[in-house]
Amino acid sequence: MTTGESIEQLRAGLWKDNPGLVQLLGLCPLLAVTTTFVNGLALGFATLVVLACSNVLVSATRRWIRPEIRIPIYVLIIASLVTCIELMFKAWFPSLDRSLGIFIPLIVTNCAIVARAEVFASRNPVGASLADGIGMGAGFTLLLVTIGAFRELIGQGSILSRLDMILGGDPMAGITLIDGGWLLAILPPGAFFSLALAVAAKNVIDRRREAARRAHMPRNLRRADGATATRA
Amino acid sequence: MKSAQGIFASAATLTLIAAICTALVAATYQLTTSRISANQQAFLEQSLEPALSGVSYDGSITASKLVIPAPHELPGSDAAVVYRAYAEGRPAAALFVVTARDGYSGPIRLLIGIRADGVVTAVRVLEHRETPGLGDRIDLSRSDWVKQFDGSSMINPNFGGWAIKRDGGEFDQLTGASVTPRAVIKAISETLVYFDAHRDELFSLPATGEGQ
Repeated sequence: MTTGESIEQLRAGLWKDNPGLVQLLGLCPLLAVTTTFVNGLALGFATLVVLACSNVLVSATRRWIRPEIRIPIYVLIIASLVTCIELMFKAWFPSLDRSLGIFIPLIVTNCAIVARAEVFASRNPVGASLADGIGMGAGFTLLLVTIGAFRELIGQGSILSRLDMILGGDPMAGITLIDGGWLLAILPPGAFFSLALAVAAKNVIDRRREAARRAHMPRNLRRADGATATRA
Repeated sequence: MKSAQGIFASAATLTLIAAICTALVAATYQLTTSRISANQQAFLEQSLEPALSGVSYDGSITASKLVIPAPHELPGSDAAVVYRAYAEGRPAAALFVVTARDGYSGPIRLLIGIRADGVVTAVRVLEHRETPGLGDRIDLSRSDWVKQFDGSSMINPNFGGWAIKRDGGEFDQLTGASVTPRAVIKAISETLVYFDAHRDELFSLPATGEGQ
C-alpha cells in the first residue's frame, strides 16, 4: 500500500464518506453525548481507538475466518476492545467515565464499527484497514467535536468547559462568551437540529467545490463529467 | 462429511478467538483494577466531604459503612447506605445515601448529612438524569439551590414547611421544574423522619463489611 492510498483513506473518512455526515452511522452516541466539546472529544477518541484496533484485528484474521461465523467474531473482538477501553477510562479518566456514563460501553452498538469491519477490514490488508479505521474514527470524532462545541456554545454560552476531565487538575469553567444560552440546543431536539445543520453545511461546501471544479474544465468535458458528479 | 468438518473448524476458530479476547480483557482488568478501586474510594470520600462540614469526627468515615437492605422506610426501593461519624466514641453525624425514585427522568441519588442532633449538615446530588437547564439545577455545579437545606431539620421548617413554595412550603422552587424539587424535598424529609425514629439503633449497629 502506498502513502497516497492511505491519505486517500483518511480523506474519505474525514470528509467524503464521513460515517456521521454521509453514512449516518452511529447516530445514537452522536446525538446523546454531544452536549459539550469535551464529551464529544472523549467519546470520539474512544470510538477512534476501538475502530482502528477492530479494523486491524479483523483484517489480520480475515484469512482464517469462515464467512458463516464472521459476525460473532466481529462482535467478540469489538466487545472485548470496548470493555478494555471502558476499564481504562475508569482507571485513568474517572470523571470522564462518569460524564459519558453508559455511552462508553454502548460503543459496542455503534454500527459504524461493525460496518467498517464488514465492508472494509474483512477485504483489505492490515495497513489499509488501519488507515480506514483511523480515517473513519477521526471523521466521527471531528463531527462529535463540532456538534459538541456548537451545542455548548449555543446552549450554555461557553466553550471548553470541564477540560480538566481530560487534562486533570481542578475543575475548569471554560471560556464564557455570553451568560446563559439557548436551552433548546442542549436538549435532544438541539442534537437533531445541529446534525441537520452539519449535513447541510457539508452539502453546500461540496456543491460549491464541484461548481468551482467544473468552471475550470474544458467545455466539451462538462456534460459527461456532470452526469457522474451529480451523485457525489 | 465435509460440512461436519467445516462446523468443527468454525467452532475451533470461534473458541480460539473467544479465548484470546477473554485473555485481553482479563489482562486489562488486572492492569486497571487497583486504580479503579482507588478512584472509587477517592470519589466516595470526596463526595462525602461536603456533608461533614462543621462536624469533627475520628477515624475513617468509609469504615463505618452500614447497608440497610430493602425494604426499609427510607426513600428508594434498593438498599440504602449510611456512613456514621463518631467523635470520642459518641455519635457525631450520619450520612445517608438514598434514592429519590420520583425524579422527572429516573432516580436521583442523594447524599444527606444529618448531625446527631437532627440538623441537616448538607445535601448533595450524587447522580441524576434531570433535564439540562431545568431540573439539573439541583446539582451544586449548576446552582446553589441545594444549599437551602443546610441547617434545616424536622422542626425547622415545621411539618407543613417541607415543600416548595408553590405547594405552600418554605423551600425555593426551580423555574420550569417542579417534579424534581418535590422529589428531592420528599426524600430529605423522609430521611429526617427515619433518622429521628432509628437514631440509637443506627449508631449502635456494627459496620457492614465489604462483600455483603
